[in-house]
Amino acid sequence: MVEWQPIILSLKVACMSLVFVFIFGIFFAYVLRRWEFSGKAAIEAFFALPLVLPPVVTGFILLILIGKQGPIGRFLGEYFHTQIIFTPYAAMLAGTVVAFPLMYHSAKAAFQSVDSKLEDAARTLGASEWRVFFTITVPLAWPGLVAGLVLSFARALGEFGATIMVAGNIPGKTQTIPLAIYFASEANDLTTAGLYVIIISLITFSMIFWLNTWSRKKMGTSPAGGIF
Amino acid sequence: MLTVDIKKQLPDFALQLEFAVDRNILVLFGPSGCGKTTTLRCIAGLLRPDAGKIACDGQVFYDSQTSVHVPPRVRSIGYMFQDYALFPHMSVKKNVWYGVQQRNTHTDEMYRKLMGLLKIEQLEKRYIGQLSGGEKQRVALARALMAEPKILLLDEPLSSLDYATRMELQAELKKMQELWGIPFILVTHDPDEARAMGDQIVFIDQGRQVAPPLSWSR
Repeated sequence: MVEWQPIILSLKVACMSLVFVFIFGIFFAYVLRRWEFSGKAAIEAFFALPLVLPPVVTGFILLILIGKQGPIGRFLGEYFHTQIIFTPYAAMLAGTVVAFPLMYHSAKAAFQSVDSKLEDAARTLGASEWRVFFTITVPLAWPGLVAGLVLSFARALGEFGATIMVAGNIPGKTQTIPLAIYFASEANDLTTAGLYVIIISLITFSMIFWLNTWSRKKMGTSPAGGIF
Repeated sequence: MLTVDIKKQLPDFALQLEFAVDRNILVLFGPSGCGKTTTLRCIAGLLRPDAGKIACDGQVFYDSQTSVHVPPRVRSIGYMFQDYALFPHMSVKKNVWYGVQQRNTHTDEMYRKLMGLLKIEQLEKRYIGQLSGGEKQRVALARALMAEPKILLLDEPLSSLDYATRMELQAELKKMQELWGIPFILVTHDPDEARAMGDQIVFIDQGRQVAPPLSWSR
C-alpha cells in the first residue's frame, strides 16, 4: 500500500535541507573564499566529511550527538523539554548534513569562477559589499549555485543510511520514501516498492527538467543548454 | 590635485613612487611587471600600500601614519581595467548606469551626452559578449565617467586594439579628459602612446621612477 506520509516527509526533508544548505553552504563558501587562516584546511576537510564517510557512519555520529544522552539531546531536553531523535526533524537534520558538502563545494567552485576584477570594478563604481555580492557575485555564480542546489535536493531526497540511524523507521511518522522502498521490498511487497520507486524517480526527473528549462530561459542568450 | 607617495613590497622588488597630477593626463610608463598596475590599484584603494600617503584636494585616501585607508567605493576614483571588466550578465545600458547611485535629470542628461560623445547609443541593448574591442573600451569609459569620478585611472586602455581604432580612441580619450577636466592617470608600456597621451610622463622601472631612456629625446 502506497501511503502519502513517506512522500510528504521526503519532500519536506528535501525542501528543508535545501533551505539550510542554501544559506549555510553559500555563507561558508563566500566567507572562506576570502579569509585565509591556519585552520582553514581542517575546516574544509571537516565540511567534506559527510560526503566521504559512509552515511551510516554520519548517522551514527549524529545519533551520538542528538541521542537523549548526547550533548545536543541533553541540551534540548534540559532547556526545551523536547527531543528530536526518532522524529521527522531528525530526518531533516540527516538530510541537511549529508547534502551540505555538495552545496558547499558547488558554491565554492562557483564563487571561484567569478572574476574578482569584476567585483573590484563594481567597488570602484561605488558599490557596497552587499551590492557587489547580490548584483555581481551571485548572478555570475548562479549556474554553479543552482547545480549545487539540485545535487543537494537529490541527495537529501534519497538519503537512507543516516536517516534510518537517527529517525528510525516509524511507519506513519518518520518513514521516508527510500525507507519505505527498503521495508516494502523486505516484506516482499514489490508492487508498493515499485510504486515508490516510480514516484521518487518522477520527483527527481521533474525537478531537474524544470530547472533546466527555467535556467535556459533565465540565461537567455547563454550558449550552454541546461545545467544538467 | 592628486598626490601619491607610496611604498609597497612586491615579490621581486619594492615599489616606491612619488608623484602628483593636476587636471591633465599623467602617463605611468614602463615595461610589463614594473609596478604600474599595482600603483593604480593602490590609488583606487583595491590594494593597501605598506607605507606612504595618497590624497586628493585635501581629502586623504590613505595615510600610513594615521592608519587611514578609505575603501574604494567612497573614493570616487574611476578605474578602467585592462580587459575593461564589463559585467557580462548586464546590457551596455545597465553597465553604464551601474555606478549611478541616484537617477535624476542631471544623470539622464549626462548619460545621453556620454553615449553621444562616445558614439555608442545604438549599442544600449547589447550584451558585452556582442561588442568589439573598441566598443568595449568606449562602454568602459562611459561606465567609469557616469559614476562622476574625481580622478580616472586607465590601465593599458588601448593595448588590445588594432592600430586604426587605437588612433581614434587616443583622440577621444584626450577630448574626454579636456571636457571632464579631471586628472587621468594612464598606464602603458607603449612609447608612442605615452608620447601621444601624456602631458606628464613618469618613467618607471623595477618599481622606481627613473630618468627617460636615452632614445626618448625626439
